[in-house]
Amino acid sequence: MSRQANRGTESKKMSSELFTLTYGALVTQLCKDYENDEDVNKQLDKIVFSHFLPRGYNIGVRLIEDFLARSNVGRCHDFRETADVIAKVAFKMYLGITPSITNWSPAGDEFSLILENNPLVDFVELPDNHSSLIYSNLLCGVLRGALEMVQMAVEAKFVQDTLKGDGVTEIRMRFIRRIEDNLPAGEE
Amino acid sequence: MADAALFEFLHTEMVAELWAHHSDPGPGGQKMSLSVLEGMGFRVGQALGERLPQETLAFREELDVLKFLCKDLWVAVFQKQMDSLRTNHQGTYVLQDNSFPLLIRMASGLQYLEEAPKFLAFTCGLLRGTLSTLGIKSLVTASVASLPTCKFQVVIQKT
Repeated sequence: MSRQANRGTESKKMSSELFTLTYGALVTQLCKDYENDEDVNKQLDKIVFSHFLPRGYNIGVRLIEDFLARSNVGRCHDFRETADVIAKVAFKMYLGITPSITNWSPAGDEFSLILENNPLVDFVELPDNHSSLIYSNLLCGVLRGALEMVQMAVEAKFVQDTLKGDGVTEIRMRFIRRIEDNLPAGEE
Repeated sequence: MADAALFEFLHTEMVAELWAHHSDPGPGGQKMSLSVLEGMGFRVGQALGERLPQETLAFREELDVLKFLCKDLWVAVFQKQMDSLRTNHQGTYVLQDNSFPLLIRMASGLQYLEEAPKFLAFTCGLLRGTLSTLGIKSLVTASVASLPTCKFQVVIQKT
């Protein structure tokens, strides 16, 4: 193989691992930060939970712009279309995987995304004693933040996780309500 | 395989999160946050370097390693090459990026100049970490005269 071809492959490989390595380093650092405080040792999961959800939310709010600019998908007419776009376009674009969509509720307001692995943890070792809650909340925050920007209030949570020993990773998505644009006070 | 945009968004949140944790009103607080970010970048840089196949690491000279950082590493992380590489041929290198992606969204010119160091610390560590895996000990600092141009100074440490 020519040197040029080798180069391209190396770059791609480094690029793909950069995000998960960085995320892992961040989690490790936060665990270290809180371990020094004796009082909060037991509540570490809860604390890290409360930090990652809002951070993920912030990422989602910005990610949706990037996504809409690059993907050319139109407005989704219902939650089923939304599910398709999330699984087949968004996950593919950002994480290179396509989860399957299953377990629709009869009312069509809940579904599950099934992934074979937890996409954020390919190359990361979980810090001892801390549950996979740490990893899942960033992704749930991203989904919530991104969908809120397209006028959908949703709940996202991990109900199964390969990190916890489950066979698959399952994210449950629940449609709460449509967000109407709120006019600023005084502008009726 | 994670898309490159994810890293940029994560980096912004990371800086904000660690700044909230570590900063205290005194000057010592700021330095601590920067060194925490730099340390994280170092570990990620090391890990990236460790994943390179052995054949690619057969660099003949120190300059080849720096060129690798400017081309391959920079493309992998920021989807562009470094804009210029200068050296005094005595172990000091200056790598200049005229439109550093982590600064671009902030502003251009002199506004937010004070904030810039936070957004460079992780990347300095990344360079230092990758160099470390490639067998080179270094000190890496960054300076910004005007956003979004920045210079990374790499000083090789002789053991």
